[in-house]
Amino acid sequence: MSAPGDEIDAHVGDPRVAHGHHGDGQPSHASLKGYLTGFALAAILTVIPFWLVMGHVIGDATVASAVILGLAAVQIVVHVVFFLHMDTTSEHGWNMLALIFTAVLVTIVLGASIWVMYTENANMMPVAAQSLHHAMGR
Amino acid sequence: MTPHRSALLHFLLGRLTASAIPYDNPIILWTFVVVATLGAAVLAAITRYRLWGYLWREWFTSIDHKRIGVMYLVLAIVMLLRGFADAIMMRVQQAIAFGANLGYLPPHHYDQIFTAHGSIMIFFVAMPLIVGLMNYVMPMQIGARDVAFPFLNNFSFWMTVAGAVLFMLSLFIGDFARTGWLGYPPISELRQSPGVGVDYYIWGLQIAGVGTLLSGINMVVTILKMRAPGMTLMRMPIFTWTALCSNALIVAAFPILTAALALLAMDRYVGTHFFTSSLGGNVMMYINLIWIWGHPEVYILILPMFGVYSEVVATFSGKRLFGYSSMVYATVAIMILSYLVWLHHFFTMGSGADVNSFFALTTMIISIPTGVKIFNWLFTMYRGRIRYEVPMLWTIGFLFTFTIGGMTGVMLSVAPADFMLHNSLFLVAHFHNVIIGGVVFGAFAAINYWFPKAFGFRLDPFWGKVSFWCWLVGYWVAFTPLYVLGLMGVTRRLSHFTDPRLQIWFEIAAAGSVLIFLGILAFLAQVYVSIRHRDALRDATGDPWDGRTLEWSTSSPPPAYNFAFTPLVHDRDAWTDMKRRGFVRPAGGFKPIHLPNNTSAGVILGALSLGCGFALVWHIGWLAATTFAGIVGVVIANSFDRHRDHHLPAEEVDRVEREYRDRLAARGSAR
Amino acid sequence: MSTAAHDPVHADAPQFYCTEEPHPENGTLLGFWIYLMSDCFIFASLFACYAVLGTRYAAGPSPREVFDLPMLAVNTALLLLSSVTFGFAMLEMAKNRRGPTLAWLAVAGALAAGFVALEIREFAHLIAAGAGPDRSAFLSSFFTLVGTHGLHVTVGIVWLATLMAQIARNGLDETNRRRLNCLSLFWHFLDLIWVGVFSFVYLVGVLR
Repeated sequence: MSAPGDEIDAHVGDPRVAHGHHGDGQPSHASLKGYLTGFALAAILTVIPFWLVMGHVIGDATVASAVILGLAAVQIVVHVVFFLHMDTTSEHGWNMLALIFTAVLVTIVLGASIWVMYTENANMMPVAAQSLHHAMGR
Repeated sequence: MTPHRSALLHFLLGRLTASAIPYDNPIILWTFVVVATLGAAVLAAITRYRLWGYLWREWFTSIDHKRIGVMYLVLAIVMLLRGFADAIMMRVQQAIAFGANLGYLPPHHYDQIFTAHGSIMIFFVAMPLIVGLMNYVMPMQIGARDVAFPFLNNFSFWMTVAGAVLFMLSLFIGDFARTGWLGYPPISELRQSPGVGVDYYIWGLQIAGVGTLLSGINMVVTILKMRAPGMTLMRMPIFTWTALCSNALIVAAFPILTAALALLAMDRYVGTHFFTSSLGGNVMMYINLIWIWGHPEVYILILPMFGVYSEVVATFSGKRLFGYSSMVYATVAIMILSYLVWLHHFFTMGSGADVNSFFALTTMIISIPTGVKIFNWLFTMYRGRIRYEVPMLWTIGFLFTFTIGGMTGVMLSVAPADFMLHNSLFLVAHFHNVIIGGVVFGAFAAINYWFPKAFGFRLDPFWGKVSFWCWLVGYWVAFTPLYVLGLMGVTRRLSHFTDPRLQIWFEIAAAGSVLIFLGILAFLAQVYVSIRHRDALRDATGDPWDGRTLEWSTSSPPPAYNFAFTPLVHDRDAWTDMKRRGFVRPAGGFKPIHLPNNTSAGVILGALSLGCGFALVWHIGWLAATTFAGIVGVVIANSFDRHRDHHLPAEEVDRVEREYRDRLAARGSAR
Repeated sequence: MSTAAHDPVHADAPQFYCTEEPHPENGTLLGFWIYLMSDCFIFASLFACYAVLGTRYAAGPSPREVFDLPMLAVNTALLLLSSVTFGFAMLEMAKNRRGPTLAWLAVAGALAAGFVALEIREFAHLIAAGAGPDRSAFLSSFFTLVGTHGLHVTVGIVWLATLMAQIARNGLDETNRRRLNCLSLFWHFLDLIWVGVFSFVYLVGVLR
């Protein structure tokens, strides 16, 4: 928590902060190369999961799902780095801190919701309603 | 509703019919008569004294954080009267409805009252109280001239008002939800609640929720970006720290409430099956989502009040706050942990031992940082030269009341005990214990503490003490019986009882609520008496309590720009530091000050949102479509407006500052 | 700024105020970023609903029967291209060239409009086939999650059109640059959410 604050403290008396409109400008890391790299990586990371599913490459659905979600996680990082230009220096690191805070809480929301609801289903629906619906759906 | 209505009428009015006006219900009819008479009197007085122009220019369209903060507090107090009227009606009903006596409230009316009481008290009393206080105090504590987005601030306020008005409309047009304050499905689903009550609830909260979320973003950015030079994070006043954590929680939690209510609205309007009991819907998912918001919400409310108590204790003990760093770390720890405890609201719903154990442990753990804070306040008072002014009395009342409320909370966190106490009156007593003892007491401490800053004169201490003692004693008389009844197994939300042995406890509780009513009246009397005697209570210095933080370095009331020169901060308790090291108020060299213009867009957008909400409640398609288009149009048109600010001339700043210095000099003070 | 002359800690007579007008940093970009973080929580709730309800078919159609993967691939490509062309617009903005900025923005907007059009077509097709949002909890959560994303893209297109009009009127001044930076964040953020949607909702759904 203290790192961003120290940075602000260090800027007291810094004429750039006093006079510049630091926060308004162009994010400093945008470049054609960056966008093209991001685009190429995103395209590859999109084509692979589509190929895995449409070509029935992996037989085990659980393994395939895990691979797809892993690739999605990697692609999200690609987007954050190459398109959203996220790094630790812009806005004194506050937007990075906000992103980490959000990522942690979103993980809690998703993970714990699934855990809670799964155990509730398992305990309160003894006839395994879920697989029943599953079978009827097919 | 009526099948033989003409198609045109149905198009124009949706499901709104003359029968929606409950004039056959004497209670509501008389409420309406009283509210209409009072309202007409207020409007007539405003017209008589030609105040409309003044109110419009100086308040409704104001983007000054101080004005907006005061308006939030006025809204909260008005809504407190409504919410308390509901409370005392419930207490009276429960005190008399035994055996053959069915009381005076039929169940369908009683159910609306407990729903309205809960949702109004949380969303339109407690929330405006904390948002108003943060708005008023926080920018001055960090040495800023306003919040980061002043226009957005005005808009947020009017959205909150629009939500509150929609809630109030349900009293006289149609009815309100009978579902309890969180609108659990399946009873809130269309099949079980086909009327408009749940729709009023949903749209009122959604509209107000937009305001709350934007206000949260606004304040987070204000604290991160607009602190005076030298004010590092670890030099921020504790109230600002708690405001930061509370607003971070608003940003993280309110979207989940928005999502949960939107999904419920989808079920009701589009026929989806998120929370229905058929076609795969799962009611538990709603309860899961709403409490992912609901538990952080508790800390959203209490954290800023912890900040208030910290400021008050340090000021009136004449000492630095004991354990500043531990207070900060405890606040941050509570912020994170508050996101890990929500399941304790539904231990009984079958997640099993492993899930329950996890959430029981996290709930017990969160009491540790809270305990740290209690000790910090006590050690600040220890060996301090305590002045027992009214804000300090509320703080001591809080320490005593809240600690007991916290301990009953730890009792409830023990999952097996919760299986006995879930949805009992013990629970009702517990959360009133922490919300009244924590949030309401804090609000009164804060109002007594910062009132002289806002208006230039102190609140009358005699009536303040009367109010405090009525509330404190009234709270304990009203809610101790509910603890007892809860342990005896009485559940909440019942409008009639058969066992006569319970009646005495409900009668005691009703007597307690009368005492609280006297406390509210004493508060209103305190405001009235103080205005009458404002010259005797005048504060010329701007620093009536020997305060420690920057808001006390300005005049009372502060000028529109707060600080003629932005302060430079060298220490915690910046104002104490300035006083100690011989700060001399600048006498010249003032520069023009850049200020944003007032705007009417906030009022217009709030009004359009209210119209849209009303149209959605009553299924009036054309009105919903036009008001929605109006909202989009106003937002776009407003973005083309580029003349949003002006400069206050240096001569004007010089004049205001000179007047203040003259007032100080008349009292022989240079500061 | 007067602080430059005084070291605040060691000076004998400390300065307690800045004699020059401060220029606080503009907070719009950070504020907008925090708004996007709050939007993450809306999407997190909807993803959680899909995770919990996405297997409740209620004897209705399952993902395999309703999802059209070739169309999804086209849609994903449209959105990704829209994202990168918006990036090109931002690069032109950095060079202060109004015409090319507007041109790339128009391309990005058109690609996003194509995405929304295809999604509306998909929804209309499903509803016509009796697989509407009221058919089962699975379809409710599918329509709501994908529809909420589509609604965001639609808002983005309206915003884009407004901003293009403002750039045409006032040029690439400070206000418009700031707004374009915000919209850029919004635009890329929506592409990021879509990665989650096509992976978790469609591809993993079809595997079940």
